[in-house]
Amino acid sequence: MKVKINGEELEATAGQTVLEVAKKAGIEIPTLCYLKDKNEIGVCRICMVKVEGGGGGYEPAFVLQVSDGLEIETNTPEVRELRRLNLELILANHPQDCLSCERSLNCELQGLSKELGVDGSRFAGKRIEHQLDESTPSLIRDPNKCVKCRRCVSVCNDSQGVKVLFPNNRGFETLIAPFFNKDLDEVACSLCGQCLHACPVAAIKENDAIDNVWEALNDDNQHVVVQIAPAVRVSIGEEFGVEPGTPMTNKLVTACRKLGFDKVFDTDFTADLTIMEEGHELLSRLKEGGPFPLLTSCSPGWIKYVEHFHNDFLPNLSSCKSPQQMFGALAKSYYADIENLSREEITVVSVMPCTAKKFEATREEMMKDGSQDVDLVLTTRELARMLKMTGVDFLNLSGSDFDDPLGISTGAADIFGVTGGVMEAALRTVYEKLTGEELSGLRLTEAKGLTGVREAKIELSNQTIKVAVVSGLGNASKVLEAVKRGEKEYHFIEAMACPGGCVGGGGQPIPTNEEIVMKRGQGLYNINNSKSLRKSHENPVIQELYEEYLEGVGNKKAHQLLHTTYQKRAK
Amino acid sequence: MEAVIKEIIVGYESEKTPLISILHRVQDKLGYLSEEVLKLVAKYLDLPLSKVYGVASFYTLLDTEEKGENIVRVCESAPCHVKGSMNVLTELKSELGIDIGETTKDNKFSLELTSCLGVCGVAPAIMVNDQVYGNLTAKKLEEILEKY
Repeated sequence: MKVKINGEELEATAGQTVLEVAKKAGIEIPTLCYLKDKNEIGVCRICMVKVEGGGGGYEPAFVLQVSDGLEIETNTPEVRELRRLNLELILANHPQDCLSCERSLNCELQGLSKELGVDGSRFAGKRIEHQLDESTPSLIRDPNKCVKCRRCVSVCNDSQGVKVLFPNNRGFETLIAPFFNKDLDEVACSLCGQCLHACPVAAIKENDAIDNVWEALNDDNQHVVVQIAPAVRVSIGEEFGVEPGTPMTNKLVTACRKLGFDKVFDTDFTADLTIMEEGHELLSRLKEGGPFPLLTSCSPGWIKYVEHFHNDFLPNLSSCKSPQQMFGALAKSYYADIENLSREEITVVSVMPCTAKKFEATREEMMKDGSQDVDLVLTTRELARMLKMTGVDFLNLSGSDFDDPLGISTGAADIFGVTGGVMEAALRTVYEKLTGEELSGLRLTEAKGLTGVREAKIELSNQTIKVAVVSGLGNASKVLEAVKRGEKEYHFIEAMACPGGCVGGGGQPIPTNEEIVMKRGQGLYNINNSKSLRKSHENPVIQELYEEYLEGVGNKKAHQLLHTTYQKRAK
Repeated sequence: MEAVIKEIIVGYESEKTPLISILHRVQDKLGYLSEEVLKLVAKYLDLPLSKVYGVASFYTLLDTEEKGENIVRVCESAPCHVKGSMNVLTELKSELGIDIGETTKDNKFSLELTSCLGVCGVAPAIMVNDQVYGNLTAKKLEEILEKY
């Protein structure tokens, strides 16, 4: 069919929206509440266009579907004025404290104000003052800044299936919050932080640990070490204008030294260690006949989700601590011994692509003698903010290597940060242990009847093992349901809370979207390909660690330090 | 409580989206929609609790907090506003000695606002429990309250 936009005749097909047709023709229409394929409800009225002809009027462009002969104007003075009016009404209920707001310069509301030519708000009135929800170590909800676009609601409910956020009350009093306006620590929130990426403003943000890290760095009595997660190295560049997926590993190490960390270590090291322990766990379950499926345990959002919603699967979760926590445990035992330091004298900071990691570090299961193994967790964004505060010229730094001994890793560890990576890394080691041969890549195919889930069959000497890989909690939940119903059988499932894995984590730079997540994931595979060692069991320091300290893979000492337990939580 | 809720829900099995009707019936039977009540409704309808609460808190005729024996609802829509609903509200506030959303000490009255009651012809209007009163004056209000 044919439609006319701004007098230009365009080809369109039924079912397309005006927004899509316009975009294809290079006509941009501003949006705020729109989140492609997720939130398409047209509540903010920013994308208004004029429908010409009989029965016309003004319609939101991503809700309005094309019809033959439809004539649309996107750029008349009236359309521009209408959009600006609607935006000013939103601004009238928004604290305009951009100067001190963490989303300044990447806030969509701020961007729109500029784009639509807002020059002061004509409207001012009473605003309801809401209390901040600072109940969790991971996320802060600031309803005062909320524009009620409901993007977080669609992500929390539909993509992630967590379903804790919903619009409560009505009209002026509308509040996007858990039931009975409770705080996040009272409900079944996974703390994955995907709502934060959906938020166009700073209504949801991380619980900032920057001041605490500065305090530790300025304390002469503390030996402060930092560990950096795999997914951070391919995303932090974005905070300095570099293309997503560009590896910044060596500059990142130098930058952390400049911040004053005494040692800069690599979570990759304990990712290799996780593979050794988890691989061992898979092998012993194969020997003992279960329980299957074994579920990976490195994503803390996933763990918390299982504890809330699928706690009949707790025995299936790998007992391995996540790489972050294995690092913390080793830093305060193995490394402390080497340096002749007591547990109290070491502060372990981690830099994670994740908001749930902040919670994981505070879990009671991760405590030893009443103190945390990992003391402070920064997101990728927070580290970038710290670097900017100190004036470190990040892009022009000369690179350097991680410190010994917790800084040596293989390519298997790098791909931990991308969906499918943990599975591939584990199978590289397990396959070789069982067959004596090298696994030549892992070919995953879309699982039948389960979108967003990939699976593979691996032929071992005397048996075939079935594995599945899934990211995003909504998808992960579907796999568990299918397993429960007996429709699917797997030996091993890798599950990540965030779509795309840690590269799409709640702690990653803003914006984080599908395209950017893909590029970051590719970046990690590029690092893997550039390394000569790609199998965790070939990591020489890991071998040394087992020989000298842990008394062998899967042994008692290893178990005490590197494994954990889980708990049932209310739905 | 659980049995009451179950019974009500069973009666709506053939309906596609029965949530609002069910919430009304449950409130009639149990007084108000407490956290405990909504948790059970969510469980038996297999809906997220957040959604059930979202709906319950959206409608002014559904109460998620315990209220007094009688609920006085003042229409806050435009026609009533033009015909003096704010005076009615002021009068009620001083008569009852409470503000919007509050309940009198003797637990006899709660004061609420409501959206349009559909009786704009007799604006300004209020509703006490299920009974609507229109063409209100200060004197009339006094008489109405005395009935309860």
